[in-house]
Amino acid sequence: MASAREMRLRIKSVKNISQVTRALETVSASKVRKAINAVMATRSYATKAWQVLKHVAEQPGRDSLHPLLAKRNSVNNTLVVVITGDRGLAGAYNSNVIRFTAQRFDPNPVPVKYIAVGRKGRDLLIRRRKNVIADFSNLPAAPTFMDVSAIGRLAVDEFLKGSVDELYLVYTDFINMGRQLTTVKKLLPLELGGEGRVEEFEHKSTDGPAAAYEYEPDQREILDEIIPRFTALQIYQAILESQASEHAARMIAMRNATDNAKELVGALQLAYNKVRQQAITNDILDIVGGAEALAAK
Amino acid sequence: MTIRCEIVSQDRTVFAGDVDIVVLPGAAGEMGILPKHAPVLTTLKYGIIKVRKGGREELFTVAGGVAEVQPDIVTVLADAAENVEEIDEARADAARQRAEEALTKGVPVDTDAYLAMEAALRKSNLRLDAVRRYRKGGGMRMPNSEN
Repeated sequence: MASAREMRLRIKSVKNISQVTRALETVSASKVRKAINAVMATRSYATKAWQVLKHVAEQPGRDSLHPLLAKRNSVNNTLVVVITGDRGLAGAYNSNVIRFTAQRFDPNPVPVKYIAVGRKGRDLLIRRRKNVIADFSNLPAAPTFMDVSAIGRLAVDEFLKGSVDELYLVYTDFINMGRQLTTVKKLLPLELGGEGRVEEFEHKSTDGPAAAYEYEPDQREILDEIIPRFTALQIYQAILESQASEHAARMIAMRNATDNAKELVGALQLAYNKVRQQAITNDILDIVGGAEALAAK
Repeated sequence: MTIRCEIVSQDRTVFAGDVDIVVLPGAAGEMGILPKHAPVLTTLKYGIIKVRKGGREELFTVAGGVAEVQPDIVTVLADAAENVEEIDEARADAARQRAEEALTKGVPVDTDAYLAMEAALRKSNLRLDAVRRYRKGGGMRMPNSEN
């Protein structure tokens, strides 16, 4: 058994750590609140934009409508935008995203290129020897659309250039404080049906969407404007979702760490008390023994 | 017979409800949308969206955006949108003056900053215009014959 001094030091260090984790928990709690507000504010716009994109994708003759809608006959390269955090200490948040990405895209039949958003993801992808073509790290805490539109532009440009034939997005969907879901979404070319959050206020079109649109001013101009922008918007929304998830994950992780530290301190304290008591008992025995030896003389 | 109308700006849902008619400032001119309208996808100019339900009319300023019309729903994705009733005239005026000053003080033309200021100026002009035209004397007039 360790000496009393060693145990005292150990207790002290665990207490210190629990103070740090508690502070981090508090910080994350306030950040998560802000992030949730941001994510909720833009969610309805992003959902609607996504619906409009889907309706556009359901148009008859979509392949000839716009190059961003056209399905390519042969897929030679895949591009994946992977959204993680810049910092660790968020439980399994970052590694979940990377593990999910690996599971989903490692068996991919064609080469995969990655755009990393977030430092942790970049490092983990590079360590796994992935082909990371761009890195957007150290985004501001509450990014505006302007801050992140470059990511969307880069991805859309790669697609239009023909250097990639599919664009996917991997991010963490914020469901509630206790639940975040790592998700993959296919952005380009637009796909029908599939996943997507069903909002409670979502409106179901009754007549079916088959009828062709009239376009004003003209088809090319309007699709040129909205498809790249709404695609970038999906990435923006994904970043907000991921940030809220990251803060929530960190808060939970830190709370668990604090709880564990408390438990550990309790156990250590008990052991320490026993050791101390044992030492005192030994001392008393020594003294009594010594006194008796003297008296017996 | 009504048509669903949803106006969302980037940071919130501005309006959602079933209405009789929606008038949009489309890129090719004003367009009135009634139920069972043919599907349309249009960009929007800076302007005013009118929404009528029964005898009540609501007005929204919109600073550009996109509108999607389906037979039973109009979805407006506005770059910025506001109920005319919500506009604070004094604040809008102050914003306009700030934008004007900044522009005359000479931000280099063709930079992002210049474009942003110009957009801000256009937006505040639009808001002021909307307030003054549609909210004279506090009450709301029916602006049917105007524009």
